[in-house]
Parts: sequence; structure tokens; C-alpha cells
Amino acid sequence: MKCSEFLNELTNYLDGALDARTKSELDDHLAWCHNCYVVCDTTRKTIEIYRDSELYELPDDLRVRLRSAIMSKCAEHKKSNPSTT
Amino acid sequence: MSTIQPNIEQPVSEEMALVRRAKRGDDQAFEELVRRYDRNVFRIAQHITQNREDAEDVVQEAFLKAYGNLAKFQEQSKFYTWLVRIAVNEALMKLRRRKPERTVSLDEEVKTEDDSLPREVADWSPNPEQMYNQAELRDILTRTIQGLPSGFRTVFVLRDVEGLSTEETADALELSIPAVKSRLLRARLQLRERLNRFFQKKASGDGDQ
Repeated sequence: MKCSEFLNELTNYLDGALDARTKSELDDHLAWCHNCYVVCDTTRKTIEIYRDSELYELPDDLRVRLRSAIMSKCAEHKKSNPSTT
Repeated sequence: MSTIQPNIEQPVSEEMALVRRAKRGDDQAFEELVRRYDRNVFRIAQHITQNREDAEDVVQEAFLKAYGNLAKFQEQSKFYTWLVRIAVNEALMKLRRRKPERTVSLDEEVKTEDDSLPREVADWSPNPEQMYNQAELRDILTRTIQGLPSGFRTVFVLRDVEGLSTEETADALELSIPAVKSRLLRARLQLRERLNRFFQKKASGDGDQ
């Protein structure tokens, strides 16, 4: 297997979306190709670091304000469109 | 090497029970749905719009639109996927209004010729979490993901941050499954490459890359 073929399957490999045979071909490639091993490992870390990063958390006070705005707009909507909800 | 597991898995039946109560006019049930998903919608909206005020608007508009269209929700997908589709559309509209993006084809075949592979790749060691404090790391991650084209960024956020499946992402973005997979691969590789500059540099200690 060439490195380019490995990279094309990288997303399926990381997502565990491969049949056993293809997965084992990719595992074999990783066992001897250090570059692909590192690319694979650091791509996995990229995903994990974003997943765990808590970017753009909604602060509690804003959350309460938004929810109350949403629910009062919903109530207005219900009043003016009594048949739709 | 371990595989990446989805982030969230809500029991569908409980969600659908809330949706049905909300459809019958029970606003408390709808409020529970807001409570359940407002953080996710806000995160998605801010990732797409890259603007806090726009993200706040998107959260309100998306839930209001969902409320007004509940009767049209066919229950063939999860409520959350349907809500995400509404939120993504609202967010993209805001983004287009704010800054028109160059039109580039996002769905070309990924070119992964052997020639284009890096010759020397170094692992990230120590872990990025040990190299930077939380605020620095957050800044790096924010700037890095903001540099991706919105079409890649959106797929990455839905699939890898919010944990939607490939099928749900395709459904929410109205893309084909191959297009989602291709964009996801390119988004992941581009992010890795960009983060590498930060995480490899400190490890090598020469500071001039």
C-alpha cells in the first residue's frame, strides 16, 4: 500500500468504518511507515483536542437570557398563529 | 490505533416524546428541547459565523423557526439533526451577509499523491495540553479553525466536535455522503497541518519554523 492510498482511507480508518481486510492492510502499512503513523496519530489528536477544547461555551447568564427571549417569542408566535402549534 | 467515537448519543425515544408534547402545544416540553440543545446550537453557530452576536441571533432564530415549523417535522430524523439543519442555514446566511467568501470548489477529489506527503513528520510531544496553558491553547485552536474555508469548518464541527454521524451531517448540510467524507478528510488534514506548526515548533525548540 502506498502512503497516498493510506491517506485516502485515513478518515474511514479513524472512524472505524472499514471492513476487516482493509483495516488490516492499513495496520500493516502503519507498522512500517513512520510518517503515516505520525500523521494518523496527530490527526487523531487534532480531533480529540477540538472535541475536548470547550471552545465557545455558552455562559450561564447568556444562556438564561437567550432561553427566556426564545420562549417569549414563541409565546408571541403562538398568540398570532394559534393554529400552527 | 484507537478509533474516534461519537461525542453524544441521546436516546431517540425520549427526545421524540418531548417533540410530540411540544407539537401538541406543551411549551414546557419545547423549553426542555431548548435546554437540551442550546449549547450545541450556539457552538455550531459561533464556529460558522465567527461572531458572538451573530451566534446569539442564530440560536434565537433557529429555535423560533423550529417552534413555528414543528408541525412540519416529519420525525424521520432526530429532532436534533433537523434543528442543526435549521441552525446551519441561519448561520450561513449571516456569514454570507457579513463576508462573501471566494467561491472555490470544496468537493474536488483529495490529492494525496506520494509527492505531496511531508518527508519529515515529527510527533507532538509533549502533548499540546502540556506545552500551552488553557488560554493559549484555546487561542491557537480558535485561530486555526477560523482559517479553514467555511465548507470544511462546518463539516468538521458537526462531525468531530458535535459528534453527528456522516449520514446526519450529510442530511443537515444537504450534501452527499461522499462530499461529507471528502470535506472531512481535507478539514482534518488541514487542521493537523496548521496545528503542527504550533505543536511541533515548541517541541523542536528552534522557534524558527
